Amino acid sequence: MEKGVFTITENVPVAAGVYRMVLAGDTSAVTAPGQFVDIRLPDLYLRRPISVCDAADGRLTLVYKTVGRGTERMADMGPGRELELLTGLGNGFSLDGCSGRPLLAGGGVGAAPLYLLAKRLVQRGVRPLAVLGFNGASDVFYADEFAALGADVTIATADGSRGVKGFVTDAMAGLSYSYVYACGPEPMLRAVWESSATDGQFSFEARMGCGFGACMGCTRQTVNGPRRVCKDGPVFLKGEIVWDG
Amino acid sequence: MGRLNVDLCGVGLDNPVIPASGTFGYGHEFAEYYDIDCLGAFSFKGTTKEPRFGNPQPRIAECAGGMLNAVGLQNPGVDRVIAEELPRLAKVFHKPVMANVSGFSPEEYAYVCERLDKQPQVGWLEVNISCPNVHGGGMSFGTDPEAAAQVVRAVKAVTAKPVIVKLTPNVTDVVSVALACEAAGADGLSLINTLQAMRIDLGTKKPLLANVTGGLSGPAVFPVAVRMVYQVHEAVHIPLVGVGGVSSAEDVIEMMLAGAAAVEIGAANLTDPYACRDIIRDLPAVMDRYGIQNLRDIIGGAHG
Ligand SMILES: Cc1cc2nc3c(=O)[nH]c(=O)nc-3n(C[C@H](O)[C@H](O)[C@H](O)COP(=O)(O)OP(=O)(O)OC[C@H]3O[C@@H](n4cnc5c(N)ncnc54)[C@H](O)[C@@H]3O)c2cc1C
Ligand SMILES: Cc1cc2nc3c(=O)[nH]c(=O)nc-3n(C[C@H](O)[C@H](O)[C@H](O)COP(=O)(O)O)c2cc1C
Ligand code: FES
Repeated sequence: MEKGVFTITENVPVAAGVYRMVLAGDTSAVTAPGQFVDIRLPDLYLRRPISVCDAADGRLTLVYKTVGRGTERMADMGPGRELELLTGLGNGFSLDGCSGRPLLAGGGVGAAPLYLLAKRLVQRGVRPLAVLGFNGASDVFYADEFAALGADVTIATADGSRGVKGFVTDAMAGLSYSYVYACGPEPMLRAVWESSATDGQFSFEARMGCGFGACMGCTRQTVNGPRRVCKDGPVFLKGEIVWDG
Repeated sequence: MGRLNVDLCGVGLDNPVIPASGTFGYGHEFAEYYDIDCLGAFSFKGTTKEPRFGNPQPRIAECAGGMLNAVGLQNPGVDRVIAEELPRLAKVFHKPVMANVSGFSPEEYAYVCERLDKQPQVGWLEVNISCPNVHGGGMSFGTDPEAAAQVVRAVKAVTAKPVIVKLTPNVTDVVSVALACEAAGADGLSLINTLQAMRIDLGTKKPLLANVTGGLSGPAVFPVAVRMVYQVHEAVHIPLVGVGGVSSAEDVIEMMLAGAAAVEIGAANLTDPYACRDIIRDLPAVMDRYGIQNLRDIIGGAHG
């Protein structure tokens, strides 16, 4: 974990209510895809956790959806504005243990951290499948960016306005893959967990007091006992996960 | 002796800054970020007889100037704290630690305190009496002077270490509970624990925390804590640890003027992992600004 000041260089909409924010600063603490940053915002007491969508050479990319006061405040910020971040939080996805053809399952804004994961897999010579689910066509983001990395992209929309009509799991049904990486809302994670035959890694959210393991605010039950989403997670192995724990 | 040194129940502290229980784990997370030997001491996570998972999610909510938590005393239980956490802590913290203890009956408090009393690393036992008394109708021990005194007597009987009783602010008359604890043999008092609070989610129109209520802490509670420390200082003769909303060196000084011999810092560690280190660093310059030579000379200075 590092604490540092970043400067916004870009903050633009990429879908309905979804923005991409690019920040300049020290990204050296980001060591794995699937890690997150915790952002201090003016007048809000707790930081806001947002996944790393991409990080390279002092350039940090976040993709976030406006859902409340904090994310709405972020959307109003222009280039040049400084933000204080904790970076390098969480375990992130592990690239080990994934052989053959991995499938990346993203639900809504949960697709964001899968982008850096796809990039790292491609760098290892692995071409992933990406199945990205959204409510409708206006919510879709990063389909072209995933494709440009070399991923095989399938889009699913609940209303059928783009790609396969249905959920991520509907679009996954016909595909053959050897491993799953999933990030999205918990009902989507559970559906993927139940319907996928392979091993995999699943990234969870929780309301956080600290984001770095100090308060036990984010604890989930796992087969190995209580684990902190912010420090032991947010990524858990398929076999560790307990639902409704 | 340095300008920041204070004494807490006969144990010397290099400075009065003590991370508060529940916001500093058992120390190692923070030891990854800075040398925690710079602290006066710290109070570890509330420890119980049995391991506890705590409350369901969500456990955390936010409000203007603070946060609510309903962690529910998640901890691995006293045996594992002694077997695993304290040896790990010994590698990164070389000062006496404050052992925060919770229980659901006087016997449970005594059971945990008796075990922690034998640990050379433990400098003080901080007894959190905000817990519900399961055999006494579920009311918190800390809301009834007699129930509080029972816990203090049970704990004092099994330990030679200084016992600091941590008071709840969820009472109409904190002074009567403080006096009862002092009369029962408490060596010091820490105050305040969190204030009972709740938030409602406008989307679901239901309570935001799964536990419905949670404990409020952070800057929003600072004036309440200052007021309670001031009132208790007027009444008792044992040292006080001021807790609640402290977020700056100025707040530390204000709390000490109210009557605190040392100061605990909770939520501030969560929003900034370096908060305690930075507050200790800032203290000398802030003391200079207010013409304060030694912190130990200002304790209770606001009283007539
Ligand atoms: C590890 C992790 C990674 C995340 N990555 C992303 C991402 O890449 N893009 C994105 O758009 N969102 C992401 N989220 C969700 C994001 O943190 C919340 O949408 C955001 O905190 C909402 O803040 P707000 O002030 O707008 O909403 P409010 O509802 O006003 O927030 C009130 C409080 O609740 C917390 N909160 C509300 N919703 C969530 C939630 N879903 N998860 C955790 N805390 C919440 C807030 O942090 C704040 O403390 C992530 C969450 C976690 C835990
Ligand atoms: C997440 C969290 C967990 C806490 N856990 C405990 C605990 O286990 N035992 C205890 O005595 N107090 C506990 N507290 C209360 C704090 O130690 C402190 O008394 C209170 O938060 C007020 O101080 P603050 O405003 O600086 O946070 C907890 C507080 C927080 C925020
Ligand atoms: S949010 Fe504090 S431990 Fe995870």
